[in-house]
Amino acid sequence: MATIDIDAPGTSQLFIGNEAIARGALEAGVGFASAYPGTPSSEIIGSLAEIAKQKNIYVEWSVNEKVALEAATAASYAGIRALAAMKMNGLNVASDFLATVILSGIGKKGLVLMVGDDPAAHSSSNEEDSRAIAKWFDIPLLEPGDFQEAKDMMKWLYDLSEEIGSICILRSVTRVAHARGNVKLGEIPKVDHKARFENILDPKNTLPTSIMTIPSSLRHAFQHMKLDKAREKFESSSFNKYVGPERPDLLIVTCGSGWLYSQDAVNALKIENGVGILKLGTLWPLPEKLVKSCLSRTDKVLFIEETDPFLEGAIMEYSASMSPESRRNIYYGKHTRHLNAFGELTPDAVIKAITTILNIKYETREADYAKKLEAVPQGYTMERMLTFCAGCPHRASYWAIKNALRMDGRDGFVTGDIGCYSMALGPAGFFQNRTHQCMGAGTGLANGFGQLWRFGFDQPVIAVAGDSTFYHSIVPALINGVHNKANFVLVIFDNSATAMTGFQPHPGTELTAMGEPAAPISMENICKAIGARVEVCDPFDLKKTTDTLLDLLEQKSGTRVAIMRRPCELVRGKKEKHPYKMKILQDKCLGEDCGCNRLCTRIFRCPALVWDPGIGKTRIDEVICNECGVCADICPEEAIIKEAVLV
Amino acid sequence: MKQLSKDPINLIVSGVGGQGNVMVSLVVGNALVSEGYFITVGETYGASQRGGSVMSHVKISARKQYSPLIPEGQADIILGMEPVETLRMLKQFGNSRVITIVNPRPIHAIDITGGGGGYPDMEQLLSWIKDLSAKTYVVAATEEAQNMGNPILANMILIGALVQSALLPIEESSIEKVIKQMFPKDVVVNTKALKKGMELAGHQAG
Repeated sequence: MATIDIDAPGTSQLFIGNEAIARGALEAGVGFASAYPGTPSSEIIGSLAEIAKQKNIYVEWSVNEKVALEAATAASYAGIRALAAMKMNGLNVASDFLATVILSGIGKKGLVLMVGDDPAAHSSSNEEDSRAIAKWFDIPLLEPGDFQEAKDMMKWLYDLSEEIGSICILRSVTRVAHARGNVKLGEIPKVDHKARFENILDPKNTLPTSIMTIPSSLRHAFQHMKLDKAREKFESSSFNKYVGPERPDLLIVTCGSGWLYSQDAVNALKIENGVGILKLGTLWPLPEKLVKSCLSRTDKVLFIEETDPFLEGAIMEYSASMSPESRRNIYYGKHTRHLNAFGELTPDAVIKAITTILNIKYETREADYAKKLEAVPQGYTMERMLTFCAGCPHRASYWAIKNALRMDGRDGFVTGDIGCYSMALGPAGFFQNRTHQCMGAGTGLANGFGQLWRFGFDQPVIAVAGDSTFYHSIVPALINGVHNKANFVLVIFDNSATAMTGFQPHPGTELTAMGEPAAPISMENICKAIGARVEVCDPFDLKKTTDTLLDLLEQKSGTRVAIMRRPCELVRGKKEKHPYKMKILQDKCLGEDCGCNRLCTRIFRCPALVWDPGIGKTRIDEVICNECGVCADICPEEAIIKEAVLV
Repeated sequence: MKQLSKDPINLIVSGVGGQGNVMVSLVVGNALVSEGYFITVGETYGASQRGGSVMSHVKISARKQYSPLIPEGQADIILGMEPVETLRMLKQFGNSRVITIVNPRPIHAIDITGGGGGYPDMEQLLSWIKDLSAKTYVVAATEEAQNMGNPILANMILIGALVQSALLPIEESSIEKVIKQMFPKDVVVNTKALKKGMELAGHQAG
């Protein structure tokens, strides 16, 4: 398995789309890359960080996406090719700056914003389609249809960005960014990066524009001229291609993941002679002449894209200005419900749309096999609820939160946030989270609930947030709470990593993205400086943590903070082993006869605790157990023990 | 590079988050790319990282890059790291030609650890798997891996079984090369696990 800087031009490597994108940036001679982690975009900066020192480039995990984009823009101003990467939700955070940097323009060197969209929200709280922002803010946007293109487009976008003087966007979706495929490598140039910000009043100034957004209308006009220039180039771009007969019975217009699905479907159905595919890579502005010439050679058009009907809407608009014959085209897609404008594309959905339009019979499997399948008892493939890992500190934290709120007795609740701990919406965290939106939302909501006492509201509120989230978006909400005396408790889960996206460092950890030592920024000092009461707990000490939470809840006024400090089990487990194994004393476990109602397997639900109906008792699955020891403290019969092992 | 009997060959690796699903597809994929094939791997991960059902779709072609997902009913090989997950894949992607390799070690789901529906009877489960497969290799990978000192080696044992089955145009030597690249500190133990898997599947040949 090669790192992305492998010096082997011409060879094929198996890269995920994100590694291909990072390789493309390297081949373009990028010198500066910044990002906030978010699935499906994290591996771009992750893989660049691994090789940053050898390649003399600067790579950082920024505190949030807006800072990441601003920092990358500065590098462009100073003459360094720069990349900012984020997931689609991060684009919302960065959008304020993005909306204005298109007016102010970029520096002498190219600036590319890479956005990873997550159709079906595999690891997201929504499934927004970032392509809309290209049209909304007037930004050129490309989207790769496979892994090779992911690399090649990224590289080419720097040339485009410099030629037209605009930030450009590379949009990719999960099934490209997180899928793996062959990538044929090019050369990585040796760049002697020299940074200098030239004074705009200096006559030698070589910046194409001064760096400001005013006069805005004039600069908005400039941006439209840049888009026109981009469109001209897109008309002949090799990222757009048509494959199929001269006059297809059905024209598929597609982009992104839809390109490979469409080809596979046409091959599988053996309809290559009747169906053509127009694959677009330059999605905004669209290559109007190319699109119109394809539209004029067919009668039926099907749009296949993730997630919104973006091409569908824009291209149907074109048809209004075309010849009367072309205007008679029949258009299929999301507006005709042949495909959904939600969820992700699948090969089956694409096959179904095509076979429905062309009235072709398609069987997924033999009839007798399908019959056999029907006989399989339903219960044999039970759903697997998502849960915290065995030994996860979040399970212990939520156990303490649940018990503290129960003991407090005023019907308190938790406003949730985004991270592994979002699973507390379900049984993993005992259904404690009652809200779930975006990063920082739980604390913002608690600010509101915390003011409602004047209208009779008397329930205690606990807002939760992860450590990385704290730096990213909690601090302003905490300031707001303390200043306005909002009544709530903020619980920060400090597990020393951005765990959900792959353990990236953040401002509270001791290393930077490039592995340089960093002074951790103390979250308790920040909270204290703001003026909040702060308590630090070890969630594995269930009793003390529960007592501390109860005490904080009883304070009943002002904004208070509890920090649950325990490293993520996946981080800790790599460094050390606990000096004991968990064991269940079978003579002490009373099983169904105990009054606990199977507390450990029915409520606590660590995946390593297994109810064995054969013996009517609980046992430990030693393959799963990470020896955190928390279950020993919940068993009323003390039947679960830590048994010392020699290490 | 050999011509394939069918192009693409569709392989599904299934299991439970945390078992090493991604690692298996990565080892197999890298070995095949080094032999000149086009490989596309589609994976489920992210929120399903731990405890959820996970699968990797691997398409192997001598001709072109395919899409990362396999349509319903179109799997050629299912490599099941967990029996319930194997049956789940057969229900969605199985057909009368499919060949299955299954590790018969259950991982209980949390609603089952809670005593909900109960984990299905293993003999019944395996008989359904065999009934829905043209050929089934039952490879006690986790058990063997525990004997070798680390349950995570089950992955390499299953890869060994896949190599031995000769369902893919994959040589033992190219897996060994990938082991050296990916696990430079654990070459000996992984190579031993690979050979163990080949031996276990060899006993079930024919």
